Amino acid sequence: MRRLIALLPLAVFAVVAGYFLVNLTSGRDPRELPSALIDQPAPQFALPPLEAVGKPGLGTADLKGQVHLVNFFASWCVPCRAEHPVLVRLAEQGTVPVVGIAYKDKPEASAAWLGQLGNPYGRIGVDLNGRAAIDWGVTGVPETFIVDREGRIRYRHWGPIDPVAMEQKILPLVKELQR
Amino acid sequence: MIPELGQFALILALLLSIVQGTLPLIGAARGDRALMNLAPAAATGQFVVVLVAFLALMQAYVVSDFSVLNVVQNSHSAKPMLYKISGVWGNHEGSMVLWVLILAGFGWAVGRFGTNLPPTLKARVLAVQGLIALGFLAFILITSNPFERVVPAPLDGRDLNPLLQDPGLAFHPPFLYLGYVGFSIAFSFAAAALIEGRVDPAWARWVRPWTLAAWVSLTLGIALGSWWAYYELGWGGWWFWDPVENASFMPWLAGTALLHSAIVVEKRDALKSWTILLAIVTFSLSLMGTFLVRSGILTSVHAFAVDPARGTFILGLLALATGGALTLYALRAPVLKVGGLFQPLSREGSLVLNNLLLSTACATVLLGTLYPLFLDAVGGDKVSVGAPYFNATFVPIMTPLVIAMTVGPMLAWKRGDLAGALQRLHWVAGIAALAAIATWYAHRGGPVLAVFGMAVAAWAFFGAFAELVERIRLFRIPLPDSLVRAANLPLSAWGLVLGHAGMGVTVAGIVAISAWNNELVVAMQPGQTVRLAGYEFTLDGVRQLPFDAARGRNYEAQIGSVTVREDGAVVATLRPEKRWYPVAQTETTEAGIHAHGFSNVYAALGAQDAATGAWSVRLYQHPLVLLIWGGAAVMSLGGVLSLADRRLRVGAPAKRRVPAHAVPAE
Amino acid sequence: MTALLRSLALALALLLPLAAGAVEPGEKLADPALEARARGISQHLRCLVCQNQSIDDSNAGLAKDLRVLVRERLTAGDTDEQVMDFVVQRYGSFVLLKPPFKPETYALWLGPAAILLVAGFGVAVFLRRRRTEAVVESAPLTEAEKRRLAALTDGSTP
Repeated sequence: MRRLIALLPLAVFAVVAGYFLVNLTSGRDPRELPSALIDQPAPQFALPPLEAVGKPGLGTADLKGQVHLVNFFASWCVPCRAEHPVLVRLAEQGTVPVVGIAYKDKPEASAAWLGQLGNPYGRIGVDLNGRAAIDWGVTGVPETFIVDREGRIRYRHWGPIDPVAMEQKILPLVKELQR
Repeated sequence: MIPELGQFALILALLLSIVQGTLPLIGAARGDRALMNLAPAAATGQFVVVLVAFLALMQAYVVSDFSVLNVVQNSHSAKPMLYKISGVWGNHEGSMVLWVLILAGFGWAVGRFGTNLPPTLKARVLAVQGLIALGFLAFILITSNPFERVVPAPLDGRDLNPLLQDPGLAFHPPFLYLGYVGFSIAFSFAAAALIEGRVDPAWARWVRPWTLAAWVSLTLGIALGSWWAYYELGWGGWWFWDPVENASFMPWLAGTALLHSAIVVEKRDALKSWTILLAIVTFSLSLMGTFLVRSGILTSVHAFAVDPARGTFILGLLALATGGALTLYALRAPVLKVGGLFQPLSREGSLVLNNLLLSTACATVLLGTLYPLFLDAVGGDKVSVGAPYFNATFVPIMTPLVIAMTVGPMLAWKRGDLAGALQRLHWVAGIAALAAIATWYAHRGGPVLAVFGMAVAAWAFFGAFAELVERIRLFRIPLPDSLVRAANLPLSAWGLVLGHAGMGVTVAGIVAISAWNNELVVAMQPGQTVRLAGYEFTLDGVRQLPFDAARGRNYEAQIGSVTVREDGAVVATLRPEKRWYPVAQTETTEAGIHAHGFSNVYAALGAQDAATGAWSVRLYQHPLVLLIWGGAAVMSLGGVLSLADRRLRVGAPAKRRVPAHAVPAE
Repeated sequence: MTALLRSLALALALLLPLAAGAVEPGEKLADPALEARARGISQHLRCLVCQNQSIDDSNAGLAKDLRVLVRERLTAGDTDEQVMDFVVQRYGSFVLLKPPFKPETYALWLGPAAILLVAGFGVAVFLRRRRTEAVVESAPLTEAEKRRLAALTDGSTP
């Protein structure tokens, strides 16, 4: 009996270490939070357009009927700059319509930024006070969502989209949703 | 050249640790004196060599040698010299070198000062130290080499995080590491004792000074961190239950239990198995803390950069060290002879209760800290565990402990008389009741729990003196005689008094700031005055100070001036600041704080409203907050006094030859 | 150079979250009861872009937005629970600093009490067993010792 009790600390430790190992090898970034909105309908919102760019605004109704990629961006956001070429290329290929939401950004700054880097967005909503972003459960930029035909959020990518993530995660899901 | 010397020194240290970790173990098993004597020699050599490495790294920082990658990543030529030096350990790689330096230092000290240790025990202890050092040196050399060069060398570095450019924070890590690493000695002693198959009072005597030294350092390190958070993070919080704060608190809880448990082994030859387990657990918690901070599985202000490779290595170290020691425990603990008997109601019994409550408190903190990780690992919801959880679970466990802390020392060994003890504490209960009444009267609108809390604090503080009062027979014999007795009491008795009294002081501070914190957030124009907690705060103005590297100011500042008056008389002028560090592109706030008695008035500067020109100012009055860290200082002083007690430091030459039975039992 | 740095700092300061103390004066609600409720709720909501702070404590932009949101919902008449649910719906349980009490967190909430009980039970068993073990451990007397005992007790006064 004493033997069994003496084994207890080792057993507890083995369990704890096991959990650590699982967590370490999962490769997930601890800062990333899972989206609470997966499989939920996209929130109700209607954002005004970005005048200078000449594309229409964005609202819930616009997301129905087709699969869309919704990208939250801002001109002051450094990683957004890094992912932008990926989005521009995607828009050029025409695989899926890309729409953008400018998060807490001065409209002139957003317009200038898009002018400089290219505009992949068919529609752009201006979210000056960040309220729409809160409704989407966004914690920062960039964040990108895949919304299906019925207007349900199916996937959220946290942080900038690198080409690998685009190939391996986003495009396959988009293609599947488009079938 | 010098960085290469440092790297070579580390490699040499690795080789020495291999020698230190293996040959003395063989020597102890075979009774081979020569091999056993290798241990102190290797330990000394290792200390010297690691010191060389540490100094080499420091040199690179001091002269701003930007050909060394570590210096580039963490330093800048414009940084003040103090922070260039403290920058050595303000990053992952450098802090690991400090860790190994302290490890080697403790090893050397055991070799040098542990002359009264039996040779086999000493050899085994140093060997285990050597093995731990081996693991960490390998970790440094393989994954975290601070001496990596960068070619071509950039013109300047990326600067140290401005939050770390602070005197309090410069000293926080060394104290913490002295604590964490100091517990490695207890760990080594425990492992050695398990290998020997024998734990006896002498063992407890040998372990005690090292454990005390580590505990004192850890107490100071945690207090420094808390104090730093209070004045730096802008709103008077002093503990956030952040995972890494918890990672430092758990070894402290376990270490406190270990210290007390070791007393029972020493005095009564009992609770051996439990003490050994605590010694293993305390250092394992230190190791786990290292893992959590450096592996990237948790985010925290303290976390170093995310790197799964390092994380896996440390997990491996943790598995080997802790897993190995616990396996040893599982195999050998049943062999340890059952020790002295005692009634449940006795001083031993109260120390068992102490162990129980401290261990449960430690397990609670562990559960809260790791639960989100575990739930995530099994694919559950991602939850977060914050202060509300810990307040609801930790406090109810610690409160009975603080209450029992006063009663415990009043009980006799082996068989205690609870009724008698409580009767001798009547005067303490009286004072506690008075404190409750005074509190209720002074803060009639305040939380009821605060009244209870202050009563507990008074019970703990005055109760700490109760045993002392007994021993000097205060008011029962003439006062001069009492004083003579007091002067002749062993230092460890004073250590107990201060240790427990300090706890009471800290509790009082915590209750006060939690219950009666005064706060006012207001937009102020220059010249405007507001009232808070009986003081008048006037914003005199805000001036701008430019970046000026020549004068040691590697930031731009907006410095506010707030005059504090009480009844018209000026009490203080607070200077809250906002700083912008251009190199690191970070902003920090420096609060303006003034101590008035044990309380603080505190001001933090916010943003200026562009339209009206008004400044957003946060004003606080924090009652009795200084008692939180004051109490920690008193506890540490108690620990130092106990350390200074010559009777407890084996290895110190005896003052005079006194027969063993003449030493008073306590 | 300093002028450039200063204007850069200013530009960034305009765009970056204001590093002010939390709860700006302008955010506070006029109704003190509502404001108190807002503070209480805020203290239980985690700032998601910070390290272990509530939105009440944090400087970050997102924290400020959420504080304003909480006050708006309260002014619109939501109960405390409805406001919390509103935020949890968008950000998940993680945003709660006090973990909810649901099957997945039973172990977390009941853990400490369970540990205390189990450990306490273990200690009680340990203490009992030691007394019985010690009684058993005393070896029986040898013949010589028995004779000596008899001699001693016979000679003593009652």
